[in-house]
Amino acid sequence: MLRVRDLSVSFGGVMPLDDVTFELPDGVCGLVGPNGAGKTTFFNVLSGFVRPSAGAVEADGTSLLSMAPHRRARWGLRRTFQQEQVVHSLSAYDNVRIAADEVGAAGDQVREALAFVGLDDAQRRGRHLTMLERRLTEIARSVVGRPRLVLLDEPGAGLAEEETERLVALIRKIPERFGAQVILVDHDMELVSAVCGNTVVLDFGRVIALGPTADVLSDEHVKRAYLGTEEVV
Amino acid sequence: MSVASVALAPRVPRPAAAVVVVFVLAIIAVAVPAVFSVFWIRSFTTSVIYAIACAGVGLLYGRLGLVSLGQIALVGVGGWITLRLGHGTSLPYPVLLVASGLGTCVIGVMVGLPALRLSGLNLAIVTLMFAGAFSIVFNATGFPNGGGGFLGPATGSVQPIALERPSLGHSDAGYFRYVVIVAALMFAALAWQLRGRAGRQWAVIRQSEAGALAAGVDTTRSKLRALALVSFTTGVAGGLLAANAGVLDPGNFTPSESILLFAVVLIGGAFSLFGAVLAGLLGQAMPSLLSELGVNGNAILVVFGLSLIHAVSTAPAGIAGQLHALVSKARRETVDGR
Ligand SMILES: Nc1ncnc2c1ncn2[C@@H]1O[C@H](COP(=O)(O)OP(=O)(O)O)[C@@H](O)[C@H]1O
Ligand SMILES: [Mg+2]
Repeated sequence: MLRVRDLSVSFGGVMPLDDVTFELPDGVCGLVGPNGAGKTTFFNVLSGFVRPSAGAVEADGTSLLSMAPHRRARWGLRRTFQQEQVVHSLSAYDNVRIAADEVGAAGDQVREALAFVGLDDAQRRGRHLTMLERRLTEIARSVVGRPRLVLLDEPGAGLAEEETERLVALIRKIPERFGAQVILVDHDMELVSAVCGNTVVLDFGRVIALGPTADVLSDEHVKRAYLGTEEVV
Repeated sequence: MSVASVALAPRVPRPAAAVVVVFVLAIIAVAVPAVFSVFWIRSFTTSVIYAIACAGVGLLYGRLGLVSLGQIALVGVGGWITLRLGHGTSLPYPVLLVASGLGTCVIGVMVGLPALRLSGLNLAIVTLMFAGAFSIVFNATGFPNGGGGFLGPATGSVQPIALERPSLGHSDAGYFRYVVIVAALMFAALAWQLRGRAGRQWAVIRQSEAGALAAGVDTTRSKLRALALVSFTTGVAGGLLAANAGVLDPGNFTPSESILLFAVVLIGGAFSLFGAVLAGLLGQAMPSLLSELGVNGNAILVVFGLSLIHAVSTAPAGIAGQLHALVSKARRETVDGR
């Protein structure tokens, strides 16, 4: 369970998050909205890379904002980035080990995470991995050990359709398999509908809809604000 | 899962590689003194000593993206501590080396703690200023050479004396071997850190600081660890340099020497320990070669300048990187040829 209360972020005159309050239940939840809506900023607040001007965030009953960024990761907050962040000089195995080292996960947990995402030959270096394999490596890095809250920022970007299907199957399994809540940001509405029980829609720093994904995506407001622009783009 | 486990087992460092390295070192330690004149043995000795400092510069830059132009000052501080303790106490030489390493470690971390908040050009400038400050101090006080007081320079009627080399390395050949062994230990320490958790942390920090934090890496602490390690090995290099001639000259620890050190690391290769060895040779043996050939000593600066342009424009991994690429290519071709 994630509780967000009165959260505001301002960059000079821009307010990417403007007094946002919502709750997301366990399982996989979607976070959608047009470009510049504040989705990545929200993840950055959770990670501790952006300091909010006001508000509080509580995950699993723990107040996140008072912890140093690396401590949040050790607590169980994990994430992927819009731009993939696989270390080119390290093998896929060692890429997962980076997080495992810090959270005290052993070698078999690294192998379990890699087996979970189905990455074979984890000895290849990051620079030799395909985009799908990099995304899979990042997901393995996000679930190794004991994750509690996994943030996925457009994990499907740059993937082909059948690759996205593999991703869908994977993301769906995370809560049950690892006991973690997942928040998924993506522009692919099929992906979001396929995996997210609940979805929250942001539009220029404000929550414009929240609830079961099917209801939210058929909401007239949402269609106008988001899906409308999507068609134009 | 059992099949996957086998395929996913971490690649253990091959023991064969370590055996090869020890073998090559043994050959170098025996062959160099047997084949070369005293002039060259001395030149190679300082090359190996500087290679230790180059490995530190390379680790900070190649693995963490930190440009430190203050490393030569740390060599000077390490040398200072060895001379001071060597003249003032009867501690055995290996203890002096360790003490020098610990002393520079403390100073390196103290300077680094605030400096690590900086990056890029700012860090380069601050560390260069650090080198400048120490250079001024070295010039003003001189290095200890048997005099009295805390600073220990010989003044008035006191005759300057040189620090004695360790008994195991009294001759030039013996000292060369001694230096090779100590350098091998320092390189082994760096390699050990690079291969383990610290090396993985540095790799992810280099790629993206946010990525590192998101994976739970305490980036400040990890950088400090690199700084402490590098400061230690660099201080040991200073101790080796101090006992080489038994005296140190402030003129060898100027900011321009620090910049030159960074330049040869870029040319030799900042991404591998082999590159550091090449850098040491470039900085120390190359000038010897030019003087043997009767070329003006300043010509070396032209050579470095041109090599640096080459390195920055076409060979970012330095000569070591180019050699590595050649070897991999040759290997691929022999495999394909089968
Ligand atoms: N570090 C920053 N400094 C200034 N403005 C920023 C920064 N990060 C994001 N923004 C602005 O905040 C708004 C929200 O951005 P972002 O959270 O990346 O949107 P989304 O991920 O939903 O596409 C945008 O207008 C963006 O330009
Ligand atoms: Mg975004």
